[in-house]
Amino acid sequence: MNFEHTEERRMLADSLRRLIAEQYGFEHRNQVIQSEAGMSRAMWQQLADMGVIGALLREADGGYGGGGFDIAVVFEEIGRGLLVEPLLGSAVLVGEAIASAGTPAQRALLEQIIAGQTLAALAHDEADSHYELHHVTTRAEQQADGRWRLDGHKAVVLQAQAADLFLVSARSAGNSDDSAGISLFLVPAGTPGLQLQDSATIDGGRVADLLLQGVTLDPDALLGQAGDAAALLERVIGRGILALCAEALGAMEVAKTATLDYLRTRKQFGLPIGSFQALQHRMADLLLEVEQARSAVINAAAALEADRVTRERALSAAKFSIGRIGALVAEESIQLHGGIGMTWELPLSHYAKRLVMIDHQLGDEDHHLQRHIALGRETRT
Amino acid sequence: MDLNFTPAETAFRDSVRAFLAEKLPASLAEKVASGKHLSRDDMTQWHAILNERGWLANHWPKEYGGTGWSVIEKFIFEHECCLANAPRVVPFGVNMLGPVLIKYGNEAQKRHWLPRILNGQDWWCQGYSEPGAGSDLAAVKTHAVRQGDHYIVNGQKTWTTLGHYANMIFCLVRTNREAKKQEGISFLLIDMDAPGVEVRPIITLDGEREVNEVFFTDVRVPVQNLVGEEDRGWSCAKYLLTYERTNIAGIGFSVAALERLKNIAQRQQRSGRALADDPLFAARMARVEIDLENMKTTNLRVISAVAGGGVPGAESSMLKIRGTEIRQEITSLTRRAMGPYARPYERQALEDDYQGHTLGPEEAAGAAAHYFNNRKLSIFGGSNEIQKNIISKMILGL
Repeated sequence: MNFEHTEERRMLADSLRRLIAEQYGFEHRNQVIQSEAGMSRAMWQQLADMGVIGALLREADGGYGGGGFDIAVVFEEIGRGLLVEPLLGSAVLVGEAIASAGTPAQRALLEQIIAGQTLAALAHDEADSHYELHHVTTRAEQQADGRWRLDGHKAVVLQAQAADLFLVSARSAGNSDDSAGISLFLVPAGTPGLQLQDSATIDGGRVADLLLQGVTLDPDALLGQAGDAAALLERVIGRGILALCAEALGAMEVAKTATLDYLRTRKQFGLPIGSFQALQHRMADLLLEVEQARSAVINAAAALEADRVTRERALSAAKFSIGRIGALVAEESIQLHGGIGMTWELPLSHYAKRLVMIDHQLGDEDHHLQRHIALGRETRT
Repeated sequence: MDLNFTPAETAFRDSVRAFLAEKLPASLAEKVASGKHLSRDDMTQWHAILNERGWLANHWPKEYGGTGWSVIEKFIFEHECCLANAPRVVPFGVNMLGPVLIKYGNEAQKRHWLPRILNGQDWWCQGYSEPGAGSDLAAVKTHAVRQGDHYIVNGQKTWTTLGHYANMIFCLVRTNREAKKQEGISFLLIDMDAPGVEVRPIITLDGEREVNEVFFTDVRVPVQNLVGEEDRGWSCAKYLLTYERTNIAGIGFSVAALERLKNIAQRQQRSGRALADDPLFAARMARVEIDLENMKTTNLRVISAVAGGGVPGAESSMLKIRGTEIRQEITSLTRRAMGPYARPYERQALEDDYQGHTLGPEEAAGAAAHYFNNRKLSIFGGSNEIQKNIISKMILGL
């Protein structure tokens, strides 16, 4: 039993934290999130150069890590710095999908992804899926000439306007909620018939809905076997869930420290407000919950290579815990700060927004509680 | 980062399992599993079995008859005992007084009292709380006045768990009324059979006698029963309260209780399907299960830090708070699972030799009583609110 990270991972975390501290301060991030691009290409390139993208993929796939604790270490720092650059979409989701199911020609894309030259995004959610993995209504039909035609609407794709490449899920067979019949396609940005409806977000970083109308693709755009993507999607999204949980943990740590500092320094009635027991106990609860969140992330990272049910239960347990605790930390941090916690100028408020919005990505608290129960039944039967 | 035990620790766990499989009497495990009451004989029987193997005082150093185990080994042992439904070790002599004597007692005291704890000659109880000294423990008023070779003790202790089984009590008594309240306290060992000691039962809300009041009227206590220095007993008291408690979260209890709850939820029906398949009840169970999974790792993180030379300190306050909350939630769900049959309660049905009938399923007999009894978990050992004060002060620096 050992709860220390390896030397390499600690070094990676340290350099990433230094990079963020030096070049991604609060003011700079403000400019980035309000810019037209909605992300920093310069930071993206530095992340690539530092090997951060590569750390999220295995050596066999051209990366330098790819284990659960690699993802956890990197994303905890991402959360501490509130980075909006698309490590999740490009490396963890699309990168891993290509690494797992790609043909040799498709796998050539990995090198570009790791080098930061190709920015990829997963287009899987749909308006009515509400986190259900198998709800795919976007249609994929194979034409007589072997080419594929895609029609449908994909929801809230991360940093879509910056992406060079989309991984789109579409149904090539079956009904809208069947696990069988889902296929994945690599769709380059700018493909005719592909339209983006772009938007800012409340917590930083841009997103877009993707409209696909008669998008025609060569046969080699298909990733993996036609109709057989459900298991791959689950596994890839599982890694994304871990990444989001670790990101939330990093954000929680910052929110907790900021709130604690405020309790020590803010005076009312002639005393630091941290001397009041009503606030002390809320802060003690917060501390305890954040430790539980850290344990949840450790459990999920440790289970990433386990059998399916063990892995997915640990991931759902973590995402549920993070959803619940993240919102609690956000709400309590704002409350304990009082009025100043409501302002844009205080970094804390941005951490709070990110923490709550993480619950809206890859399944919320309720979704993962239900999923945890359903997976438990599978072990029983 | 590695959540697995080392091969040596796994081998140790297996040896504990083998011991429990061989030596834990099925009748005792059955009583514990079904929530029946353990008699004094049951408890002394289990102590004797552990002592024979040399595992009773697992927290003590080897030279005093302890095991010399690492914190991880102690955790594994306690955890496995819980999972096997072993009776819990009565903590007052073995886990509380023993370590205090080893740290603060003189040679004569150690030689005299420690072996008697191990062989069961003495049954100790704890004389800490008083009617006016609960969370504010240093406010104890029971006082001892030195007269020649004796202290004369007068006052009252309360919440004395299993005091009616005990022949000895360790007490915090005031020896200096002038000093600041923490500085005038001494740690005394008192014979319950001495003239002037009177034990009266307190009946708890489940109708049971588990705790007592102990009254002292001009009780003569030999001065050699003073542990540590006069007026310095608060150090012993604090040491005892913060003594490395690897099992404070009670993870093993919770794991075993949750397993029982899940089985009950499979058997209990609601609208033609198992309660476990009722979405709301399933969600309640899943919430506590997830919290417990997280807690297991939090607990191991603290233990691992201690094993690496860290100090447990206030982290055990976190384990105590959340560990007891989880245990209480499981008893609450077990009560709910019984539906209307949680209400019928024949107190005697929890005795071994009960011949009467009970309404509803047998496993419902103690569900509500256990729920009510376990309200104590967040009150004793420093209430959960006191634990939050400790966290605020020691970890948060507020």
